[in-house]
Amino acid sequence: MAEYKWPPMEKRRVMGKRIARLDGPMKSSGRAKYPSDMNRADLLFGALLTSPHAHAKVKSIDLAAAKAIKGVTAIRIISGPGTEIQWAGTEVCAVSAITEEIARDAVKAIKVDYEVLPHLVKEDNLAKVGARAKAAGEQVTGDPDKAFADAEAKTSGDYGIPVITHCCLEPHGSVVAWGADKIDFWPSTQAVSTVGGDLAKMLELPATQVKVDCQYMGGGFGAKFPADRWGAEAARLSKESGGRPVKMFLDRATELTIAGVRPSHFAKIKVAGKKDGTITGWQSESWATGGIGGGGMAPLPYVFTNIPNRRMNHTQVSLNTGPARAWRAPNHPQASFLTCSAITDFADTIGMDPLEVFLKNVAVSARPETYKKQLAKAAELMDWKKKYTHGSKKTGTLRRGLGIGIATWGGAGHASKCKLTINADGTVEVEIGSQDIGTATRTCITQVAAETLGLPMSAIKVKLGNNSYPPSGPSGGSTTIGGVSSSTRKAAVNALEKLFEKVAPTMGVAADQLEADDSRVVAKGNPSKAMSWKQACQKIGPTPISEMGENEPRVAAREGLNTQGASGIQMAEVEVDIETGVVRIVEVVAVQDCGLVVNPKTAESQVAGALIMSVCSALMEERITDQTTGRVLNADMEFYKLAGLPDVGKLTVHMDITPEHDARGIIGLGEPCAIGGVAAIANAAANALGVRVPMVPLTPERVLAALANRRNA
Amino acid sequence: MDNFEYANPSTVKEALSLLTAGAEVLAGGTDLLSLLKDEVHKPKRLVNIKNIKALGGISKAGNNIRIGATVTLDELASSQLIRAAYPSLVQAALGITSPQIRNMGTVAGDLCQRPRCWYFRSGNGLLNKSLVENGENKYHAIFGTGSAQFVSASSLGPALMALGATVKIAGADGKTKDVPVAQFFKAPSAEGEREIALAANEIVTDILVPAPATKNATYEVRHKQALDWPLATASVALRMSGTKVTSASITLGHVGPTPVRATEAEKMLVGQTITADSAEKAGAAAVAGAKPLSQNAYKVQLAKVAVKRALLTAAGVKAV
Ligand SMILES: Cc1cc2nc3c(=O)[nH]c(=O)nc-3n(C[C@H](O)[C@H](O)[C@H](O)COP(=O)(O)OP(=O)(O)OC[C@H]3O[C@@H](n4cnc5c(N)ncnc54)[C@H](O)[C@@H]3O)c2cc1C
Ligand code: SF4
Repeated sequence: MAEYKWPPMEKRRVMGKRIARLDGPMKSSGRAKYPSDMNRADLLFGALLTSPHAHAKVKSIDLAAAKAIKGVTAIRIISGPGTEIQWAGTEVCAVSAITEEIARDAVKAIKVDYEVLPHLVKEDNLAKVGARAKAAGEQVTGDPDKAFADAEAKTSGDYGIPVITHCCLEPHGSVVAWGADKIDFWPSTQAVSTVGGDLAKMLELPATQVKVDCQYMGGGFGAKFPADRWGAEAARLSKESGGRPVKMFLDRATELTIAGVRPSHFAKIKVAGKKDGTITGWQSESWATGGIGGGGMAPLPYVFTNIPNRRMNHTQVSLNTGPARAWRAPNHPQASFLTCSAITDFADTIGMDPLEVFLKNVAVSARPETYKKQLAKAAELMDWKKKYTHGSKKTGTLRRGLGIGIATWGGAGHASKCKLTINADGTVEVEIGSQDIGTATRTCITQVAAETLGLPMSAIKVKLGNNSYPPSGPSGGSTTIGGVSSSTRKAAVNALEKLFEKVAPTMGVAADQLEADDSRVVAKGNPSKAMSWKQACQKIGPTPISEMGENEPRVAAREGLNTQGASGIQMAEVEVDIETGVVRIVEVVAVQDCGLVVNPKTAESQVAGALIMSVCSALMEERITDQTTGRVLNADMEFYKLAGLPDVGKLTVHMDITPEHDARGIIGLGEPCAIGGVAAIANAAANALGVRVPMVPLTPERVLAALANRRNA
Repeated sequence: MDNFEYANPSTVKEALSLLTAGAEVLAGGTDLLSLLKDEVHKPKRLVNIKNIKALGGISKAGNNIRIGATVTLDELASSQLIRAAYPSLVQAALGITSPQIRNMGTVAGDLCQRPRCWYFRSGNGLLNKSLVENGENKYHAIFGTGSAQFVSASSLGPALMALGATVKIAGADGKTKDVPVAQFFKAPSAEGEREIALAANEIVTDILVPAPATKNATYEVRHKQALDWPLATASVALRMSGTKVTSASITLGHVGPTPVRATEAEKMLVGQTITADSAEKAGAAAVAGAKPLSQNAYKVQLAKVAVKRALLTAAGVKAV
């Protein structure tokens, strides 16, 4: 039986090293071609007609004028007469034409008659949503009434975090060509191996007919798994246009309106506890929306799951707005924000440093020891003990404050298959139906193969982004790095075993006594007995060695290559101008474990990116809808505000790399690091101001209103 | 975007002759192109004025400094003549924190740009009072007039107004006129009317700023540090005799459909020294007449602080 386990930490030559991402130069020089970059002479352009109404019934559609436009190749009705539209931006018709301009002109020429129905697009005030609210039931553990009656201290607070969008830099879309015996599909996707099947299903075709290729993609964050209606319509337009490829990408406004949102979450939270900081009771009444389907409850109380006495009530609110999609750690940033805010407010009320209260209460979490160490490390990096003062003690116009956020995540590797080929000329090729969604998947796979085969990274050619390669799971749930690293490791070990069998007779050493190191095949314990990699490969003969490796989630934990369970602590320091309410980030610190770290450099880059997203969501991001028109008012990148470089502040990332974490194998990272930042920043602002700003993003108006409320109180 | 004709004249005269009905001046295009894409404007012809040499350059002109209409925001902020005398203008221009926009956008374009009101930009008209009042108005005016509840988007406008600048306009009849910036901006009272005193067949050719005899500054409150529209700005120009103010000029930006002159605050400061206290009082006086909408009362506070900090900055006192 082959031995797959990771080489010991101290022996790794390539894994665990700070290696710059391999495709960095391609991307930064513009040579990397994204699906939306695709241009071919025969390309047709697709455009969508979308509903201007948030709730309406389509009465009739008149295509005559659009059809008459020269250059239009096909028009399709997506939401025909009788269809009830549930959010503005819903796709009604799709057009393809020889230029983008003609396609857009044709869209304008289509006449749709709607019966406009009443809509609701706002949920921040639960009292105003009427019948759109649906109680999701009560969960009770222990005896919350008694806990609150007996409590030495109690707090109650209102908190809210609005709907935000994914705002992918490369919008959703694809290029698709319906050929005679196959469909070529170039989507911007997080799911190379499954998106073809998804498209085939929508088109009622055998899955074998869809050929997917996506070498680069410009951001998905959980919103780019399906082929999507616009993908299927682009395919049909292609078919109706004689098989010419159709390029259909959402424009920015549509991207921000229908391509996915993160649900909101609002809550009134009451905390009961002792004067020493021990929390004994939790009560939350929360509500959320993720569009017409309502919004599920975020996992409350977050991380501090075993607070002994709890009562949770949740209400789903159904709105006529674009639907929710997974957003980098679904529901976790919201849960962390709500929970850490309530706990910080409890600490403030009893006059304790929140760091102490967090340290005390992680006892009721799943990983107390890890959190304690991480809190201590983050506090050291932030210089917390020296900087922290209670919010009531701040003076001056510019006031600084500190705050904490906490995170937990699974992140076990997904199902992944990998094929590794060693040729007689010594070249090595890895094929894997995975995708690099910007996380350095290519780089990490190369590192694992190079490590295992004892070769430099330059000797490995990694091919991914195509569904003709062995299937690998979608990049969701932070499962990719665990999955692809494990399957690559196993494929490489298997291939190496075959190579050793070929060279064993020549070397006069048993195959299982050989190892690969420094571009050589070497007898274990006798380095003088060696063959160069090239020479060894010459023994392969005409048929290359080609071996599979598979990560199978059900047995992975037993094998030990990847497991799950990541923890993280984030701390923020902010400076608030109390006259203008403008909040500025001074520093955000992240301490994050993710088991064995394949590449600390790209891992840190992941965390830094997540911190930037947290800054955006804590200070700026918010989808603003208009109740009168039912439309999103800031479906642009002007008033849908995102941080620019000067807004980000200092980012300090500490990967919690220890022998104990390393021994757990690989754990996903993309999502856990994107959870605690909003809480940390919101809490830092509360500390600076000496008053809670109930709702993020922390805009000047909200900060000033909170200050005014405190003065009036 | 609808199709349009593109004209590329090299003289003002030629440009004026091309500005027939449905034609529009194109300078840097940083605003106009988005108006075209959003189909808020549908001109039949664009008349590019960036190739008209006479419209460029910054120079001394008698007692004035002349800024050509097509001078870019970047040229303005880097000009030695401007930097030496009008920190207020430099600060206003640098508040537009995108180098790309500063490289393309022009001074006259900044004055003539259309409001950013999201109801206007999404095709609901500029004076849709009921949408604004019942809807999302956190970025709207606190000094609205009648149905005009949008805010003038120009950051240079308030600064130029406080400096007493004049806009030179060439008309189709070949005549030119000088309009004080204070009269160049006007609140429209009917849909379709412009926010500036400029007819469709006129071109702004120059901006004349009177000789610098003032201490001046602009202070801007912006939510983001990176590119973002100001929530409120104040531009001030002070004539001083020793440490005493002999006359003050204060203009608020991004709080009304035109830049808003703070006459009461100006009067209050005469004979005073600029201190935290006098600046604070002037700020309070400047916003005394504000009429905030349902969501933008916070802008009253921001405008007040902007005035205070602009005054302190102009006087060389630490503002924060
Ligand atoms: C994201 C973003 C942020 C911005 N932030 C700010 C800000 O903070 N403060 C600020 O002040 N501005 C800001 N701007 C606006 C920017 O300053 C203007 O777009 C720019 O100054 C316009 O100049 P332009 O030459 O590109 O004008 P164009 O787009 O070419 O023209 C704008 C309008 O002015 C007219 N026009 C231009 N020149 C003349 C002339 N000489 N005579 C007659 N009419 C003329 C045009 O016909 C058109 O109607 C921002 C813009 C963007 C996109
Ligand atoms: S991102 Fe860069 S290239 Fe794209 S519009 Fe902005 S400035 Fe231009």
